[in-house]
Amino acid sequence: MDTLRFELLPGVNLTCIQTEKFKTDCLSISLLTQHQRDTASLNAVLPYVLRRGTRYHPDMESIASALDELYGTCIEPVVRRIGEIQCLGFFANIPSTAYLPEGGVLRSAAELMCEMLLSPNTKGGLLLPAYVESEKEKLLERIRGRVNDKMGYSVYRLLEEMCCYEDFAVPTIGTESTAEGIYYQKLTKQYRKLLSTCPVEIFYCGSENPDDVAEIFRDSLCAMPRGEINYDIGTDIRMNSVDSEVRYFTEELNVTQGKLALGFRLGECMEEPDIAAITVFNGVYGGGVTSKLFMNVREKLSLCYYASSNVNTHKGLMCVFSGIDFDKYEDAMAEILAQLEDVKNGVISDEELSAARAAASSALRTVSDSAGELEGFWLSNIVDGLDFEPEELAELCESVSREDVVRIARSVVADAVYFLRGNGEEADDED
Amino acid sequence: MKIKEYKNLGETVCSGSLPNGLEVITIPRRDFRQKYAVFATCYGGACRRFRHNGVWYDTPAGVAHFLEHKLFDMPDGDNALNILSMNGAQPNAFTSGDVTAYYFECSEGFEENLRMLLRFVSTPYFTEESVAKEQGIIGQEIGMGDDDPYRCAYFSLMRMLYEHNPVREEVAGTVESIAGITADTLYTCHAAFYNPKNMVLCAAGDFDPQKIYDIAMEELGDKDGISPEVDFGEEESCFPLEKYSELNMEVSAPQFFIGAKISPIPRGEALLRQKIVSQLALRTLFGRSGNFYNSMYSDGLLNREFDFETDYVAGTGTVIFEGESREPRTVLAEIIRAVNEVREKGLDRDLFRRAKKASYGARLRGLESFDTVCLSAMDGYFEGYEPMASFDVLESVTVEECEAFLTEYLAEDRLALSVVLPLK
Repeated sequence: MDTLRFELLPGVNLTCIQTEKFKTDCLSISLLTQHQRDTASLNAVLPYVLRRGTRYHPDMESIASALDELYGTCIEPVVRRIGEIQCLGFFANIPSTAYLPEGGVLRSAAELMCEMLLSPNTKGGLLLPAYVESEKEKLLERIRGRVNDKMGYSVYRLLEEMCCYEDFAVPTIGTESTAEGIYYQKLTKQYRKLLSTCPVEIFYCGSENPDDVAEIFRDSLCAMPRGEINYDIGTDIRMNSVDSEVRYFTEELNVTQGKLALGFRLGECMEEPDIAAITVFNGVYGGGVTSKLFMNVREKLSLCYYASSNVNTHKGLMCVFSGIDFDKYEDAMAEILAQLEDVKNGVISDEELSAARAAASSALRTVSDSAGELEGFWLSNIVDGLDFEPEELAELCESVSREDVVRIARSVVADAVYFLRGNGEEADDED
Repeated sequence: MKIKEYKNLGETVCSGSLPNGLEVITIPRRDFRQKYAVFATCYGGACRRFRHNGVWYDTPAGVAHFLEHKLFDMPDGDNALNILSMNGAQPNAFTSGDVTAYYFECSEGFEENLRMLLRFVSTPYFTEESVAKEQGIIGQEIGMGDDDPYRCAYFSLMRMLYEHNPVREEVAGTVESIAGITADTLYTCHAAFYNPKNMVLCAAGDFDPQKIYDIAMEELGDKDGISPEVDFGEEESCFPLEKYSELNMEVSAPQFFIGAKISPIPRGEALLRQKIVSQLALRTLFGRSGNFYNSMYSDGLLNREFDFETDYVAGTGTVIFEGESREPRTVLAEIIRAVNEVREKGLDRDLFRRAKKASYGARLRGLESFDTVCLSAMDGYFEGYEPMASFDVLESVTVEECEAFLTEYLAEDRLALSVVLPLK
């Protein structure tokens, strides 16, 4: 599977993977910008507003009809965050030519996607106030809706407290207060600025010839305004915890089960991050069902229903999540930390190590079995300035040693703990 | 072994039965590293009352799910989940109302993992001690569900719709019901339902289908058994017991489930057709291109979370709409209005034609995912149809069939509304 890169316009790059493996093509376009407290919501609402209507397809109904004609092609707004880079744009899934009775639809789909980006429905040069207001409300609903998923909510609250001095504390789509400030004139101005200054990444994976795909986008993007491109974007990686002592936060809601979330800095290993070693370390400690957290905290000691860790190698963070009974708070936390101490002290069995290596390499090897995963992999690579194939990283994971894992574990620093507990009121019982 | 090719889809399905009755279905996928296998029994949370070897059994709520958890324990003290994971596979399992499925995906060591899968699922090993420990773990899992507003609203809807069928109860049971489960209960249910005649093995990946068949033969060839008879309770009426229920929970905005019972065709090609008619009918009237969704979205009464489907489980069929809205009752009223309009004027012909095209693409997308393909094959086997035939069936579905579906099953007196409201 060859990966080809084209520069289509200044700062507009296309990454192409040609393959006959799939029955649908994957296409995405992302504007890359710095994730900041004051613009997070404004930027996040933009793809949703652009998706509401274009010059030629003025409302959602006409866009949906056009997509139905393209055999149910999906073009959805997408807002992601890789480290502190916000990636705004659209993600499309398009039935491949070989499986359609009347010929391919890639060109039409790509044109429609570019139309959403470049030619929104405007009045007097401004984005429609009705669309902006409506999408602002929906963004607010999603922000307020965080509390509906208690696990996701506790992660959000942990990061908010742990990274209180960093823009990372603000979630990808912002907060209620930043979203309240969205206004159509301000958004139009921001839209014009992003369009002319953001580096743009386009990704295609499918059966069409990459030169043809490049041609389609050169045509569709020819009217794209390009000014001075802002390449000065990046992630603030902090090696140390905020305080010398771990900070503790507790919140009460009407819930029957507690959520315990622990936040760590990956620490000095982020100076020159060894992604393979960090990935395998996470597998040993808490990444899956062979990890120490699962095997000991959950299985052996029954301290929780689940306990797992994940690492963010872009930002240099590790979080541990678990669901516990309120009265297990002290015990569960002590055990979660004790397991990390074990990794630091090299108490790692051969099985634990080989299982973590196998899980990491297997996950990477199957990236090329999914166009969507390839898209995510390459976008991350590009944002991080890396250039390796999933297969290469898989091989590196296989050669990670016990010493490598210990080295990462010793670099990790605990920063903050968040605990969501019940407020003592009897929860509603539907019976 | 039977080999069936679907040339326009680039698909081949190989299937065959072992002498003991186990169906083996394989879907080859050239050039993929990933391989996937699911081993499933036609037994789930709703199969509480059954007859096996001439004896009727009544079992507590939650046995099928409990059994799923405990089957991973091996007689030698090992745990199959760990063994498979240590071997680089990602194993898991789920229990629905009428199916328990064990599956894994991996890139290396597929044959070894497959043997492990077949072996652990067909080897029961339970002790009173391990059952007692699991009661604690599952109790916590149930507790987690109690904080999940969607789950609470869903089951509240099911209890309004169904009077007898155990689909009205949580698959995992309750803390009280699982307290009544013993090692004996588990052995009895395993013996009844985990026999090859009542099971199916589906796999997808770059492998030789014959090899999969041979492995299943080697591992399970000497097993035998008969399929038990399951009683899902008295026949249900067409109408809900109640039409409205509400709960108050820690949510940001009202969440709703709206549902109606349909009369499901028991099995076979006719069932596949009914499933496709229901999907296409709902897509045409309530989908993203229609007036219903777009006007409700513009009015701020629905957001992108709005979704709908028809669930077929344990002899029931249920149309379900779910979403978030500040006015769930208005959503219900608009659904009724939209259906009444179909009754008067019929479905928009052009919208219907486009929905068909879109549905074709959505089905094609489904073929990309190994688990979707294998789980569809599993459903198809248990329900007596070939899922790959759905593309041709789709082509032949008429607008009149869809209109009949909507006007019959979504009539006002059939619909029930369950909401979760924010705490006061």
